[in-house]
Amino acid sequence: MPGPKRPIRVLIAKPGLDGHDRGAKVVAAALRDAGMEVIYTGLHQTPEMIAQAAIQEDVDVIGLSILSGAHMTLFPRIRKLVDAAGRSDILVTGGGIIPPDDMDSLERQGIGKLFGPGTPTTELIAYIEEWAAEHVSA
Amino acid sequence: MSGIDRHPVYGPADLTEFDPERQLGAPGAFPFTRGVHPTMYRGRLWTMRQFAGFGTAQDTNRRYKFLLDHGQTGLSVAFDFPTLMGYDSDHARAEGEVGKCGVAIASLQDMEDLFRGIPLDQVSTSMTINGPAAMLFCFYVAAAERQGVPSHKLRGTVQNDILKEYMAQHAWVYPVEPALKVIVDMFEWCAEHAPLWNTISISGYHIREAGATAAQELAFTLANGFTYVDRAVARGLDVDRFAPRLSFFWDVHNDFFEEIAKLRAARRIWARHMRERFAAANPRSWMMRFHCQTAGVTLTAQQPMNNVVRVAYQALAAVLGGTQSLHTNSLDETLALPTEEAARLALRTQQIIAHESGVADVIDPLGGSYYVESLTDQLEREAEALFAEIQSIGGVVKGIEDGWFQRQIARSAEQFQREAEQGKRIVVGVNEFTSEDDHPVEILKIANDAEQDQRRRLARLRAERDRSLVQEKLEALRQAALRDRNVIGPMLDCARVYCTLYEIRHALESVYGAYREPVFF
Repeated sequence: MPGPKRPIRVLIAKPGLDGHDRGAKVVAAALRDAGMEVIYTGLHQTPEMIAQAAIQEDVDVIGLSILSGAHMTLFPRIRKLVDAAGRSDILVTGGGIIPPDDMDSLERQGIGKLFGPGTPTTELIAYIEEWAAEHVSA
Repeated sequence: MSGIDRHPVYGPADLTEFDPERQLGAPGAFPFTRGVHPTMYRGRLWTMRQFAGFGTAQDTNRRYKFLLDHGQTGLSVAFDFPTLMGYDSDHARAEGEVGKCGVAIASLQDMEDLFRGIPLDQVSTSMTINGPAAMLFCFYVAAAERQGVPSHKLRGTVQNDILKEYMAQHAWVYPVEPALKVIVDMFEWCAEHAPLWNTISISGYHIREAGATAAQELAFTLANGFTYVDRAVARGLDVDRFAPRLSFFWDVHNDFFEEIAKLRAARRIWARHMRERFAAANPRSWMMRFHCQTAGVTLTAQQPMNNVVRVAYQALAAVLGGTQSLHTNSLDETLALPTEEAARLALRTQQIIAHESGVADVIDPLGGSYYVESLTDQLEREAEALFAEIQSIGGVVKGIEDGWFQRQIARSAEQFQREAEQGKRIVVGVNEFTSEDDHPVEILKIANDAEQDQRRRLARLRAERDRSLVQEKLEALRQAALRDRNVIGPMLDCARVYCTLYEIRHALESVYGAYREPVFF
């Protein structure tokens, strides 16, 4: 029987130059209220800064918020940097203004489920909790 | 939306203190509640100004010509993120973002291409740019000079509202104090050289989109406006020389009557403060002229066709609120930048309101409505209460540095989300009236070519321009900043010799430093 699980650690990050952080902050607050440990990077982060923060903070999940159209560059770049640091166990997920075709293509490149506008925060919480139940050990 | 309690019905008892003489006045007269012009849309319709930009300057130039051909009456430039932050398209931080969310403009060369074949003495142009606003303005002035159009003939607006960037939109470059200094430089320079140009568009839009309520949007934006006036007056500028060129920009959200009341209240508050607090004597200094945009945040990715309806009645509220210009969002904007077809439908929405609905025939048709007047008064009272609160925390700049505004806005956003998730607030097609068979709409794809094109063009520009002249003008700009002189003239000299955006940003950054945001959620 596994013991009581430690809280899931999540890094919420805003990569690139996009300053729209309403979604990132609402999600960060909702995950925190759901009992997760949440670190928010603030704006205008490079992929290197995000990968480094994720490893230093030893998170389970990275949630990226991108509304700038640069998702096809930024998601794979961060995935690759995290993998290169030997942390392919970290889930890279996120959301924003991302067309469905691009979501499919990113999921095929090792990115987790991506969420569009109008998603209830309960859906993100359920997704992360289910993922963690399978992948995160106590 | 503001949580203002509404009565089931409004009547004379709601307007016991209402004095039409004092609260309304005539259209075009103090306190301008009924509109800034005596004839309003009977004299001239609002400017239909669709915000557009993507890819390279050539790509966007084609979209502008398309929109002008379809009856649009003003231009509005959307810049990409690197430009908004003052990075050249070939800067490392620009990678993946060039031309994605707007057009890439890294020097005068790009600005010339953006307006090729569009005579700048015949259109008015709005530019949504803030951190590096003065630089893009200088590129524009220099591009007009190349067309033979002198700066005193230029009509348009540069957003240039840095305070709301720190509060909500987050495209900043310099710390607060030097950023405010350059904005006052713009007021001063334009009063002399570009008297028809709106030097700033004090914006509630981004504050609202980030989560603020109508009352917060109204109060925070006006408080920002008063801060700019304070700073310019402290410099010794005559209020009646710069205030007539201050303009505003509001979000038009879902709550139809509240939005109309907000626009009417905004005009009245501004007029009263400008006359009474700042002792402005020129009626043009009292007049709040503004642009409106329908609320992007209300658009849904689910059942995107529903957005056409949302946009139409938000646009109607803007018109009933007496806007001077209007952008109507496209139905596909929660998915990507608009396709040509979606952009045309958004413009047609305005044309139908203007030419078919009859609402433009009568000035301020809701004036005197028990409900609308009562709501207008109430929003004015709420704004005054928020001004007092802002003063009690030490003013706008202190509130930004302490994260007070940012927290207020984030709290409102969280509350909205909670209410939607608890079903207290219905969002059609999202948490109610959902359907499984959503029609996907066709979306615009922006190729990555823009980035490659821009890199090649910039490499060529850097090789071909006069390098010693570039260095000389950048150094002159740095010296002007060091000596606390007005930097606009030297910046225009930089633009003329093809200094790039980042070179100019960097020259000033070496004197002013960079802004670091306080991080919290």
